[in-house]
Amino acid sequence: MVRLARDGRSLPEPTEVSRPFFEGALEGRFMIQRCPRDGAFFYPRARCPHCWRDDWTWVQACGRGTLYSFTIDRLGHDPTKAALAPFAIAIVTLEEGPRAVGQLVGCDFGQIRTGMAVEAVFEVFEPQDGGGPVPVLRFRPAP
Amino acid sequence: MGKRAAAIVGVSEWKPARRWDQPLFDLDAFARLGAELIDDSGLEPGDIDGFVVNAVREAPMLAPSGVAEHLGLRSRFNERVDLGGASACGMVWRAAAAIEAGVCQAVLVMCPSIPRPQHPGEAAGGAATSSRPIYLGSDAWGSPQAQFEIPAGLVGATPSYAMVARLYMDRFGLEEATLAKIAVAQRHNAQANPDAIFHGRPITVEDVMASPMIADPLKRLEVVMPVFGGAAVLVTSAEVARRAKHRPAWVAGFGEEMTHRSLTAMPDLLHSPLCGSAARAFQMAGATPGAMDTAQIYDCYTITVLRSLEDAGFCKLGQGGDFVRERDLRHDGDFPLNTNGGQLGFGQAGVAGGMTHVIEAVRQIQGRAGDRQLRRCDLAFVNGNGGMMSEQVSLVLEGA
Repeated sequence: MVRLARDGRSLPEPTEVSRPFFEGALEGRFMIQRCPRDGAFFYPRARCPHCWRDDWTWVQACGRGTLYSFTIDRLGHDPTKAALAPFAIAIVTLEEGPRAVGQLVGCDFGQIRTGMAVEAVFEVFEPQDGGGPVPVLRFRPAP
Repeated sequence: MGKRAAAIVGVSEWKPARRWDQPLFDLDAFARLGAELIDDSGLEPGDIDGFVVNAVREAPMLAPSGVAEHLGLRSRFNERVDLGGASACGMVWRAAAAIEAGVCQAVLVMCPSIPRPQHPGEAAGGAATSSRPIYLGSDAWGSPQAQFEIPAGLVGATPSYAMVARLYMDRFGLEEATLAKIAVAQRHNAQANPDAIFHGRPITVEDVMASPMIADPLKRLEVVMPVFGGAAVLVTSAEVARRAKHRPAWVAGFGEEMTHRSLTAMPDLLHSPLCGSAARAFQMAGATPGAMDTAQIYDCYTITVLRSLEDAGFCKLGQGGDFVRERDLRHDGDFPLNTNGGQLGFGQAGVAGGMTHVIEAVRQIQGRAGDRQLRRCDLAFVNGNGGMMSEQVSLVLEGA
């Protein structure tokens, strides 16, 4: 069961742990966690994925990264996004190290290359259930 | 020579179909598969003292005791395995390990994947399901995938495998026609398997290249066809295997490894946990990839086969394209791969899809593979691949 936007597409539902990421995203900041021993990690979790300690802190990532790989989803495998297909999905290696996934926007499919420089942007949607606006992570070619 | 503690002595595999007119509850499907394994092996229900299953939809909790009760078993090994496409291989080694440990002597390993009888409410059009199958269970509250993968549109498996193919092509210059050759060779093998969903329908590289793009660079004919079906094997101790009808296929070596659930978290898209699981399976079996008479490689997509051939050690990273171009992958070729058509040619019946590779290896070792029988088959490599190249299980099966 996923939360839906007013236009019907699936949206993330923040938890207590991940809320600072989504709150930061609404203000245009890409927040990730940093462990004093093991460095940055993403997606948000209650404990570091390496040492399992909880003395990490939220830090702002620079938002830049390189495109690790991508595909053009011709069908829209998520039924809530079938009408939006085709769209590009990219896995990005952030400058801080962790990987993140998002749709690649702001360019023609023919311009997309593995290894290209990209930057994070957040697209904001209104959920069907009337809660506040929900940000979704996207990437676009870096200038 | 590898382990001689446990062997597969019987198999059952249902002819796959796009439509299934005889629905069964999972519990009843287990009983049917159990009876078929008894018939195939020549053993008795009284020999059975263990089972492994994947899902039991009638009783998702306390599921194993429901199976024991339904099959009238006094069972000592009662296991449920959740490894997606790697479930079948994972079930087989767990059964073999339990037998070697002396826990039990004869284990039913069962993967039905057919419709259940419809609830009257469902027939009336009610009963909205809370989860969509394409989300693979990752849409639950609190799931990382629900917060990051699904909103990005990274759902199902095809876009993830497409990204593996994209990275590989860009790094090593692999051509799309080379991947297409894998689908063509396996479709050729399906022509020697009357049960295959694509029996009677050979294809060419041109057909693959002309089929619609699903997720670049993967095309329709490089993607498995979902079907209904079911498959099961019987794993027994050496002592019980002596009483069975057919040549035992010893579980000579096995390995399992995983690091991630979603592709985003995979440490290296071009180095899957199969590397470790296959290396340990070969080491345990005292064998090398080059000694295998056949390879039954999990093939949800063409790229899965090419990458798995590399990670299992049949060739090195980056050489998969040359390997596929230079070798003849057909059942009558110099590298007999997925000789029953694989899932690309046979059809993918849920978790039974992973079992089709195990069963074909056993049939080849037992000399029961019909028109596609290899002249000699004493050693077979089988791998199970789940999720996003995430669950990786390897088996070496050996006839003695």
